[in-house]
Amino acid sequence: MSSTELRRTALDATHRALGATMTDFAGWDMPLRYGSEREEHVAVRTRAGLFDLSHMGEITVTGPQAAELLNFALVGNIGSVKPGRARYTMICREDGGILDDLIVYRLGEAEAGSSHYMVVANASNAQVVLDALTERAAGFDAEVRDDRDAYALLAVQGPESPGILASLTDADLDGLKYYAGLPGTVAGVPALIARTGYTGEDGFELFVKPEHAVGLWEALTKAGEGAGLVPCGLSCRDTLRLEAGMPLYGNELSTALTPFDAGLGRVVKFEKEGDFVGRAALTEAAERAASQPPRVLVGLVAEGRRVPRAGYPVVAGGEVIGEVTSGAPSPTLGKPIAMAYVDPAHAAEGTEGVGVDIRGSHEPYEVVALPFYKRQK
Amino acid sequence: MSNPQQLRYSKEHEWLSGAEDGASTVGITEHAANALGDVVFVQLPEVGDSVTAGETCGELESTKSVSDLYSPVSGEVTEVNEEVVNDPSLVNSAPFEGGWLFKVRITDEPADLLSADEYTAFTAG
Repeated sequence: MSSTELRRTALDATHRALGATMTDFAGWDMPLRYGSEREEHVAVRTRAGLFDLSHMGEITVTGPQAAELLNFALVGNIGSVKPGRARYTMICREDGGILDDLIVYRLGEAEAGSSHYMVVANASNAQVVLDALTERAAGFDAEVRDDRDAYALLAVQGPESPGILASLTDADLDGLKYYAGLPGTVAGVPALIARTGYTGEDGFELFVKPEHAVGLWEALTKAGEGAGLVPCGLSCRDTLRLEAGMPLYGNELSTALTPFDAGLGRVVKFEKEGDFVGRAALTEAAERAASQPPRVLVGLVAEGRRVPRAGYPVVAGGEVIGEVTSGAPSPTLGKPIAMAYVDPAHAAEGTEGVGVDIRGSHEPYEVVALPFYKRQK
Repeated sequence: MSNPQQLRYSKEHEWLSGAEDGASTVGITEHAANALGDVVFVQLPEVGDSVTAGETCGELESTKSVSDLYSPVSGEVTEVNEEVVNDPSLVNSAPFEGGWLFKVRITDEPADLLSADEYTAFTAG
């Protein structure tokens, strides 16, 4: 991607004032880290972290047939999502290849007989998702609207996040479950408050108007001072999601894979009403996965200190048996970890003799079940 | 950040001290350490190895990337910093001091090593 015309979020000046190291992420100039990414990671695991995620792509879908459109366009059963709840789902091509993974929030009814959804796509795929939804909307009484510039997105993640947010809002956070969202007021500004995240911790994502982003960031920073909240960049977001075993589009997910190849066949709901894009190909993919199991997404934990990176071959007995999709030093485990697709014969937890080819040297790795980290509730 | 005046610098972001007991110390600059992020693995040449100016002689891994370590001069390695191998975070916390990497008895050095002021200008550009 060309770096000539990077997009900047509403919090750009705030990041620079904090001395952030910035990076080009999907055409956006985003904070990579403010200080040590390892300390930011630990803050989210033990206290709280504040993220700017305004690069994420919001698409609003409304109308009397909004649910029918989303049921047709996506692989999940969006019709069964109740107002105020959210669903992790995917959008696939006709051939079953994954175009993106998404969170769909069902908001309250704007008017009788019309429903209202917000689809949140990855920054790198937002245009693709918008184009696909727009094209697939033909014939449905529903409107697809590009709302990427209508929202800034801030996230507060970590065990201290409920207390920090509670000091700034009257919204019923105790009643807000994981994967739920409700409109409210935070620090005096209107926000969609969602209990979602990508860190493996409890936390909230706050969708607000861009002009309210700086004030909200400052209010959260002040409210979190005593609890040890720190600003966090995309670098620690990546290690947090990796420890939590969450896939990242472009690493674990791509158009070359169906949800069944990614071990996420559960997101495909064949039993829902009506046809949907990719149904025939995905039916075949499900049958293929059952009769000839594809490579399995597993966790790898290093015995040494060298870090596996995306694209490195996984080896056993001198043969290549898989490929690393994401790898990083894990701050929580204190060892390098990776996610990798490996042949089923080598995918069982504790399989002996598996290694990663790290620039020519075969380093031993332990095969483990995902996730690497699960928070204590 | 300030680059110590008594050191010289390569455009690959290594620093080189003056000779002490016949050997000069090599490390990476604070600028380079900040650009890498948290360093988690350091692979150094071994004592007795010959290194060549401008060629790779080891590697540094950070959370996000792996980078080659270039020798700023040619010569023989006389000592390596075992402490930084055990605790790579020294590269970030003390790049010009406890985070030094190896010592080298110089046989040849390139003419284009930079002074502290020249390196500061180089990294500002």
